[in-house]
Amino acid sequence: MHRAVLFALALLGLAAQPVFAADSVNPQADFKAFRDYFTKRFPKVPLNDFVNGPYSMNADLRKQWVEIDAFPPYQFALDKGREMFETPFKNGKTYADCFPNKGIGIRQNYPYFDTKSGEVITLDVALNECRQTNGEAPYDYTKDDMAALTAYMAFTSRGKLFDIKIPDDPRALAAYRKGEEYFYTRRGQLNFSCASCHVQSAGNHIRTEVLAPALGLVAALPIYRSEWGGMGTTSRRFITCNSQVRAVPLQAEDEFYRDVEYYLSYMSNGLPISGPGARP
Amino acid sequence: MFRHSLLGLALVICIGGLTTAAVAASADDFKAAYAKAEAAEKQATALKNQWTTTEAELKAAQAAAKSGNYDEAVKRAQHAEALANASIAQAKEQATAWTQAVIR
Repeated sequence: MHRAVLFALALLGLAAQPVFAADSVNPQADFKAFRDYFTKRFPKVPLNDFVNGPYSMNADLRKQWVEIDAFPPYQFALDKGREMFETPFKNGKTYADCFPNKGIGIRQNYPYFDTKSGEVITLDVALNECRQTNGEAPYDYTKDDMAALTAYMAFTSRGKLFDIKIPDDPRALAAYRKGEEYFYTRRGQLNFSCASCHVQSAGNHIRTEVLAPALGLVAALPIYRSEWGGMGTTSRRFITCNSQVRAVPLQAEDEFYRDVEYYLSYMSNGLPISGPGARP
Repeated sequence: MFRHSLLGLALVICIGGLTTAAVAASADDFKAAYAKAEAAEKQATALKNQWTTTEAELKAAQAAAKSGNYDEAVKRAQHAEALANASIAQAKEQATAWTQAVIR
């Protein structure tokens, strides 16, 4: 009898598992919970300062950053990006012809869900589409040329607030959901998810580094990393994260990577673009 | 007594030699172990959840086999299979478990 009661209780316990999560997708509720989590956990950090990642978490790092930023290490990339952006393609057209507002001050609207293709389009993908449409070869999503171009476009958007939209389209919700799933799924031999570092351990040290909070994480991209000795695109950041937990990375701009950028950018809605950033 | 000891020693040496000969891996042993590891890694690939360590062990197994060290090659292939199986288990568990980590 006693066993039967225990068994019944165990079944009830199983039934009480969080079925809520799989049942519905509610980006607005997720956004509120996400924002509340970080602002309550770090009550002294001004909301807009979350985009500065580890510098919002650690006063010593912040001092170093302020000094470093007097001669920003991404300046070369910025100058190169501007030149690339303004140089016409062989057909005479430029990047400005491919984007709203001639490509200036638009970073905060990317990624967006394209209802025609049914996919998430990041700024990097849009840039390569622009190149290909104009008869140019696409750039490698992880290399310096793409980093320089996106650095310039981010720079022209500094201070503009993330404004990511999820259209009333089940495919857009599915992409958002896939991004959320990727963010919280543990992977690699070290059994880490993106959230293991940037939610549960945000602000903590991992070796000598201070882990940035997920809130505002994508606002500083692309970034110059001292560890890399150069610039890194969003793809490079995701690929490196995967490798560090001993997971085989996906292809740059894989659908999952684009979806997780979509999810994280939506979570950062209302926060200012701060890219290009510089990180240790 | 001394004769018995010598006989005993000889027996131990013989058995030891036979045992060593029996467990030395062959090219076929490697092929079988590698095929199992590869099949497991294929499943992990389908789940988009390969581990870099599995890939490294598969390469190490191939390299050992190429150099004729089949004991090492089998050992590495078996390790790769174990890692691949662990990554499969992780992917299957995380297929639903991730929701429990979501900020609510």
